[in-house]
Amino acid sequence: MSLLSLQRRMARAVMTPLTPSEHMRRVAPNGRPMRAVAAQFIKPNDRLTSFERLEIYNKQYWFRVLSNLMEDFPGLRAVVGDHRFEAMAKAYLTDCPSQSFSQRDLGSRLEGWLRRHPSRGGSRQALAVDMARLEWADIEAFDGKAEPSLLPEDIPQTSGRHLRLRLQPYVQLLDLRYPVDDLLLEVKDDGDSDFASNAFNERRKRKRVLAVARLKPSPVFLAVHRVDYSVYFRRIDREAFGMLSAIHQGKSLSQAIEFGFRRSAMPPAERPSSVEQWFRIFATLGWFCRPESDSPKS
Amino acid sequence: MPANRFNGFTEYGVGIGLRAPHYDHILSRKPVVDWFEIISENFMIGGGRPLHILDQILEQYKVVQHGVSMYFGSVQPLNREHLRRLKELVRRTKTPWLTDHLCWGSVDGRYTHDLLPMPYTFEAAKVTSQKIREVRDFLEVPVVVENVSSYAEFHVSEMTEWEFLNEVVERADCGILLDVNNIYVSSRNHNFDPFTYVNSVPAERVAQIHIAGHSKYQKYILDTHDHPVIDPVWRLYARAIERVGHTATLLEWDDSIPSFKEVHNEALKANRFLASASLATAV
Repeated sequence: MSLLSLQRRMARAVMTPLTPSEHMRRVAPNGRPMRAVAAQFIKPNDRLTSFERLEIYNKQYWFRVLSNLMEDFPGLRAVVGDHRFEAMAKAYLTDCPSQSFSQRDLGSRLEGWLRRHPSRGGSRQALAVDMARLEWADIEAFDGKAEPSLLPEDIPQTSGRHLRLRLQPYVQLLDLRYPVDDLLLEVKDDGDSDFASNAFNERRKRKRVLAVARLKPSPVFLAVHRVDYSVYFRRIDREAFGMLSAIHQGKSLSQAIEFGFRRSAMPPAERPSSVEQWFRIFATLGWFCRPESDSPKS
Repeated sequence: MPANRFNGFTEYGVGIGLRAPHYDHILSRKPVVDWFEIISENFMIGGGRPLHILDQILEQYKVVQHGVSMYFGSVQPLNREHLRRLKELVRRTKTPWLTDHLCWGSVDGRYTHDLLPMPYTFEAAKVTSQKIREVRDFLEVPVVVENVSSYAEFHVSEMTEWEFLNEVVERADCGILLDVNNIYVSSRNHNFDPFTYVNSVPAERVAQIHIAGHSKYQKYILDTHDHPVIDPVWRLYARAIERVGHTATLLEWDDSIPSFKEVHNEALKANRFLASASLATAV
């Protein structure tokens, strides 16, 4: 058996989902008995069969990736419930196994997968998608790249209709149907408690379920960003969101402002002062990178 | 003075793995620690708190990078993005050498995030050594490979694990990170004498040693890094030091992590063996 053939066989077996009682399946995805599959390339010893030796790796794989996803998506877990989350995570990881050297990226395709599998989100599918987006944005904002910021005093010197600003790579913009930012903060706050008992966990679970049940659709425009290495969720006006999204897409400043106010109900007279205020706040938060043409030459 | 050509860092002494629960203690108390080992993948990111913390550690401590996903033994080509990001980190840390495992873990672009055992074949030795050379040439830093714990053996194997390790490091002309806990775990899982392994490793290639704890189950042992080092592993460590001399040593503790002090005290037990190695050299 060639090295490649062995690695393909073993990886396929290791990544096959476990049974509900967390054991290796008796039948491989191709219909062959797993005992025969294992015996083909793994030696037994005096204590373990080939099947049992392979099962150690099968279990380790699933325990590792599932615990990783649970840790990264506590909000989604609260939305769909523990039982459904586990089933969803197994199905997602079966369809979308890691393609990255880093386990940090394990949830990178969860939003798209949830949209393609609406039944997985249960009765709160739209809420589940919103939460998956927010939690992935949280990860991206936490350790995304930061470039030198455009300072407030830079703006007058570099202003102009054709100026193209750039958003910091770590700033994530989300248009959400539900106010999941509040829910996630509540879930995380819960999770921070060191106190653990069955009664406490039950109360915590009920609290989450109630919080989810209370959540009504209410559009939210959100910037997920960081200050002093901590991630924050900042709600912004619809117009500001449109403007920042256009900047992110590479539009010039004037195009971005025009885009932001499309179909806006804001009276035209109020717009210049709003734009000025937004830019002042966003620049103070360091969301804009220095324009490339303005960067000092090295 | 270097103990061998792969071990130019005999002054490194005893280090511990840098882990998140200890960040506050290290940054506020600034304990005296010979060196820290970091998991490269935790810092191969764009920015944010992890790199901010790493930069503060680098200001005060010696740091060596340890990788968990290069997968020298995977057949498929090296991931260029992985290498690019790793090189950025190497430039940041100025790691004097870089370690990763003698294992595989990905195939057809899919990652298991596990350290899967190699079949001990000449084909595997050729593939693995070629990739170690590629990594070393790209990163321009000495590469050192670590033996892994394993729970399975393959029918196709043509040699013992230590013969395979020797074959790979000779072909790649690289160093060895000798994990004596992994040797112990595998010896119990596969019924071999761990001292035969330690005695068979080319001493002149050992650049670093790992020590750790593990968990015993009824039919096998798992390499869990969640306990103190047991006496049989210390005895293997003593034999390794006797053979290779004063060598940079690191305690791994990755799960159920106790206080910084407890982890550090456990690691410092290695000093009694290192001291006798120094005495032997002096005599």
